[in-house]
Amino acid sequence: MTEAVVEPQSSRTRLSLPVFRSDFMADAHEASADQRLQTAMDNSVTKRDMGRKTTLAELPDPNALRELAGQIKRHTLDHLDYYLELLEANVKKQGGQVHFAVDSRQANQLIVEIAKRTGSKLVVKSKSMVSEETELNEALTEAGIEPLETDLGEFILQVDHDHPTHLVMPVVHKNAADIGHIFERYFKTDFTDDAQVLAEMARVHLRHRFNEADLGVSGVNFAVAETGSIVVCCNEGNGRMCVSRPRIHVALMGMEKLIPALDDLPIFLKLLARSASGQSLTQYSSIVSGPRRPGEVDGPEEFHLIIMDNGRSRILAGEYRDTLRCIRCGACLNSCPIYRKVGGRTYGSVYPGPIGALLTPLFNGLEQHKHLPHASSLCGACFEACPVKIDIPKFLIMLRGDQVKAHITPWTERTIFKLWTVGLRFGWTYRLSQIAQRIGMRLLKDKQGWIKNLPPPVNGWTKQRDFPAPAKEDFRTVYKRYRQNQKPSVRR
Amino acid sequence: MLAAMRVSLFIACLTDLFAPDVGMAVVQSLEHFGCEVDFPTAQTCCGQPAFNNGFPSDARTLATRMLDVFQNADYVVTPSGSCCAMIRAHYPELFHDDPARYDRAVDLAARSYEYVEFITKILKVDLSGLSLPEDEKFTYHYTCHLRTLGASGAPAIALLQQLGGASYTEMEKADQCCGFGGTFAIKYTDISGAMVRDKVQCGAATGADTMIVNDGGCAMNISGGCHRQGVPMKVRHISQIIAAAIEHSASKAKGAA
Ligand code: SF4
Repeated sequence: MTEAVVEPQSSRTRLSLPVFRSDFMADAHEASADQRLQTAMDNSVTKRDMGRKTTLAELPDPNALRELAGQIKRHTLDHLDYYLELLEANVKKQGGQVHFAVDSRQANQLIVEIAKRTGSKLVVKSKSMVSEETELNEALTEAGIEPLETDLGEFILQVDHDHPTHLVMPVVHKNAADIGHIFERYFKTDFTDDAQVLAEMARVHLRHRFNEADLGVSGVNFAVAETGSIVVCCNEGNGRMCVSRPRIHVALMGMEKLIPALDDLPIFLKLLARSASGQSLTQYSSIVSGPRRPGEVDGPEEFHLIIMDNGRSRILAGEYRDTLRCIRCGACLNSCPIYRKVGGRTYGSVYPGPIGALLTPLFNGLEQHKHLPHASSLCGACFEACPVKIDIPKFLIMLRGDQVKAHITPWTERTIFKLWTVGLRFGWTYRLSQIAQRIGMRLLKDKQGWIKNLPPPVNGWTKQRDFPAPAKEDFRTVYKRYRQNQKPSVRR
Repeated sequence: MLAAMRVSLFIACLTDLFAPDVGMAVVQSLEHFGCEVDFPTAQTCCGQPAFNNGFPSDARTLATRMLDVFQNADYVVTPSGSCCAMIRAHYPELFHDDPARYDRAVDLAARSYEYVEFITKILKVDLSGLSLPEDEKFTYHYTCHLRTLGASGAPAIALLQQLGGASYTEMEKADQCCGFGGTFAIKYTDISGAMVRDKVQCGAATGADTMIVNDGGCAMNISGGCHRQGVPMKVRHISQIIAAAIEHSASKAKGAA
């Protein structure tokens, strides 16, 4: 194992994930009023969600497959030390080099060192969420090395100095006209919003640059412990170019991205493509096993695998282990009604959507991103969508509980819930509170029985919709009379 | 003749306070289907708000009360999908390290049903003999907590379609949450508001007179959304439609006799 040199303690004070936005409420307010964003969301994520359902239904028993995939991931996580060692040994057997990075800074440093040692000036990258996590582009640029994103969406974002807002559709928040303007500025050409033309512009540009690149960085969709191979899935072919064209290939992975054996791979490929994009299989699934061997015509001279912790071992050790099953397919985002309304930016960091609402506070600490565990109606669409069956609502509730325990939840809310429990604990207190609510709220109603303005702390409700006043009599009163007369009479 | 099925009604707080007519529709339709219905008056709340907000010990206090109240019930039936999900999915989880209460929770979970589930799976009712007083166009909102119960919207839609005079049109994004989510609707009102507007628009686009909803919270949210936006669509629990059809068919039979 190649041990990297680090300044160990300085990294402790850093957050594991970069924070791009910190005012959740303001961003949510703005995004949920943005009709353009919502239309974009319905045209992309909502459609993808339907595509997922359709292609999953092609499988004989999709739920059993999801269950199996979840169990394989769980098993791997339960024995992660074993599988990591196995992976390391097998990558080395294939002629590759393995590096472990405790955090994102160290991972970046390793890549910069490899680039410098090999005299690499231009680094081409395929799409990788983990490199967003480490902010690799910034680190490379600082070291005087040019990073170039080669996934179309990521390229657009790089040119526009923006961040991805979806795990697999990074530019979902931009429409063709936005991209047209970005390219107009960057390529100094005439404006067009023809998606075909725009894609072709990027393709021609990138094709030339691939030839100049010295080093390719890829993410890892799956690392197969048994064979020491990594699997890179993509639809544009740029991933395959990154792992085969440059002299050096560096693959960067989070330490949870393992599967035990090659036999497990088809299960995940089937689920990943369907869950991510409603395809039966991604266009390219490249299995990379070490560098070019003597006699082979293509492939890199050196292959490096960087396995990064960056807070994962802490999550692994606790009650949230199953969140590390995630294969970053984005299905939970596509299915999520909240994500559809607020978009990815509002989540403030690298991982948006339901899984981001879990991972971001888990990585960065409960004190940060306090709203994320709460900004969910717990509808369960994410759990239903997740190909590895991560019970996201359950974990969100656990995080809420941890916030209560850590006294991050405001004392007012804690007190309200204590009082509320007392109120519901006895029959007479329940009755009393129901009567008080009925009388109080009926004072506020209009003639048709609607309340337009509720007082704080519940005024949030009537900011967006009216509130029906309680009925004149509650159910138990009506029911009692019904039993007495055996005759229905509901008075409103 | 078989002894009547004994059903204990769990009304859920919101229905108790805001929608007594839904409660009565449940009672009367179940009685029509031959059940003996009782209403244990000691019941309060299932504890869902505390549970969802990260106060499991408070939720346990209320759950214990529910275990006592429904100790002797053969079947517990509730018009609220989310409260049923609380009992079925989360009570056993709440008591996982309290073996005595865990067993009782599992036992209660096995006896608890959401209304549609109960009348389709246990009573296996057939409504094709019933008809509505007037032709009515329906659409159906899939209440999120049915997911936790492992239930689809199909049984409720099938029931609707059995009724004479009822027609059904599926709305877009029928299974997208309406934005209720308890305290979520108040704390994150901007997001919740965008969600409920979406739901109301999708419903209205079908041209339906009535949207069917299986949960008191969703019903309050969607009807409040309709009212704010000036959309005349009614929001009803399916029991209300069934009860109306029962009443109409009974009076028709009387008229004929
Ligand atoms: S949590 Fe599940 S659904 Fe969401 S990205 Fe990860 S694997 Fe996909």
